[in-house]
Amino acid sequence: MTDRLLVCDGLAKRFGGVHALDGVSFAIERHAIYGLIGPNGAGKTTLFNLLTGIYTADAGRMQFAGGTIDGLSPDRVCERGIARTFQNIRLFANLSVLENVMIGRHVRTKAGVFGAVFRTRATQDEEARIERRAHELLDYVGLADRANDIARSLPYGEQRRLEIARALATEPHLLALDEPAAGMNSTEKAALGELIKRIRTDGVTVLLIEHDVKLVMGICEHILVLDYGKQIAEGVPEDVRRDRRVIEAYLGTVGDDSIKVAT
Amino acid sequence: MPHVKSQSHHLMRSPVLAWVGIALIAVALIALPFALAQIGTAWVRIANLAILFALLALGLNIVVGFAGLLDLGYIAFFAVGAYCYALLASPHFGLHLPFWLILPIGALVACLFGVLLGAPTLKLRGDYLAIVTLGFGEIVRVFLNNLARPINITNGPQGISRIDPVSIGGIKFNTTGKVFDLAISGPMKYYYLLLIVLIIAIVINIRLQNSRIGRAWEAIREDEIAARAMGINTTQIKLLAFAMGASFGGIAGGIFAAIQQFISPESFVLVESIMVLSMVVLGGMGNIWGVVAGAVLLSFVPEILRYTVLPVQNALFGRAIVEPEVIRMLLFGLALVAVMLYRPAGLFPSAVRRRELAKADARLPA
Repeated sequence: MTDRLLVCDGLAKRFGGVHALDGVSFAIERHAIYGLIGPNGAGKTTLFNLLTGIYTADAGRMQFAGGTIDGLSPDRVCERGIARTFQNIRLFANLSVLENVMIGRHVRTKAGVFGAVFRTRATQDEEARIERRAHELLDYVGLADRANDIARSLPYGEQRRLEIARALATEPHLLALDEPAAGMNSTEKAALGELIKRIRTDGVTVLLIEHDVKLVMGICEHILVLDYGKQIAEGVPEDVRRDRRVIEAYLGTVGDDSIKVAT
Repeated sequence: MPHVKSQSHHLMRSPVLAWVGIALIAVALIALPFALAQIGTAWVRIANLAILFALLALGLNIVVGFAGLLDLGYIAFFAVGAYCYALLASPHFGLHLPFWLILPIGALVACLFGVLLGAPTLKLRGDYLAIVTLGFGEIVRVFLNNLARPINITNGPQGISRIDPVSIGGIKFNTTGKVFDLAISGPMKYYYLLLIVLIIAIVINIRLQNSRIGRAWEAIREDEIAARAMGINTTQIKLLAFAMGASFGGIAGGIFAAIQQFISPESFVLVESIMVLSMVVLGGMGNIWGVVAGAVLLSFVPEILRYTVLPVQNALFGRAIVEPEVIRMLLFGLALVAVMLYRPAGLFPSAVRRRELAKADARLPA
């Protein structure tokens, strides 16, 4: 048996009469790049929100790194090792780029009120480590020279990279990216693809929601396709792109160009 | 450390100049009560009140400015601290614990009340939180008013009198003493005591703001969902803000009770909560120095007006046309409106607040 980092079994979520997710089961292997695609409203972000504790599932189980994460609050999920970015970027917009990443270190650091007020040796050392790590991560995503800028002033693509750096600051086992390429041009997308691959090489498993089919097919080993909350296909890119239901439900609706890219 | 935060250290550009500046301010602060005493001891008392309000504003600033939680019942913690002191150091129960022992007790009890208020309001935000905190402030006052029967705890609306003055190491703070040939009156002693407490409070605030906890507060204020997703236990961190803010109120309350030697529920009405909030907002939410300046300004200006409105009218018209009290409140209100119109982030805004408001402006339709 392979090493499975995340196993989801029969996840379901309803909003009133709408089945946003209905019996979704999948498993992600450690050190994989796992793609999650589907048309708008397919339930991709809902799945992310279940996974990260923002919503509670109506049914189903989630096993992560050997323990259950059902019903955990978002901060506990993060502590267990799942970090995420948001589709509609949620940076701490008025804080500096560096501070954003430093906040990401919160969950892996300890200093409390006592340490802060008396500025103990341990606290000072920890602060120095937090700042050093934040700089390293900014360098990692290519924002080293932006450290003192205000997050809001960054161009779109760089804000997305900053969100990734902030998520990485929490030392996740699984990094969940919600449409990280949205609003990027092709050069930026290519660079993002490289970044994601590097993150995986460095030992972090990646779960990726993305509309850009080329990007997903290019870097993911496994893909899960959702449509109207149901899972319609799961497998390696070659199989998924040939799947009749996928072409009908998803690729067929996107337009001719995308089909050409995908097939 | 290779990287120093640019915003917090811009004062350090010229260290020599900075130290000269600090020394000058220190001398001015030490000399201030003597200068004020020349005008009248009443002004020393006003200065003391200004420092007390600065303490309160600093505490409220943790809740409102750092964590972004609107609290309209903050004076309740001041009341809790004051009553703690009054009950533990007055003939009311026959207890006379020393000052240095009661102050931490008062802070702790106020802290507890902070958690008590914080816990049920964690899910509330904005207007809803404001209403609940407002109610909390009133509940505390009503309790103080009515806890005289069946067991007399607070002595009801009559309040508690003959509270012990502060006495540290044999120095009584309510009488005039002599240092060399210099007469130092009671209010002046309290001034120095308060000044020391204020400096400690400012240091604590600065250190908290530039810490892991301070960053977590900022994160919650900026985007609570993102903060939670980044592993910040928002429940804990919010409660911590309420608790820390409340303990400042408790300490200020304790000193207030000792100075006044008499307290009653009347001192802790809603207007006082609003006054402290005005100081925070006017000074510049989230900016420690701004908040202190706001407190000093709002404590002194109304008093200055009180003493100038009548003479000015007499000089202009030969008689008093409008009651001084009316003019005072009118000008006070006008000043607040003007500040909010022209400096919406406060007189001394924090950098982050200024950016937040700039963003709000940018969203307005052209």
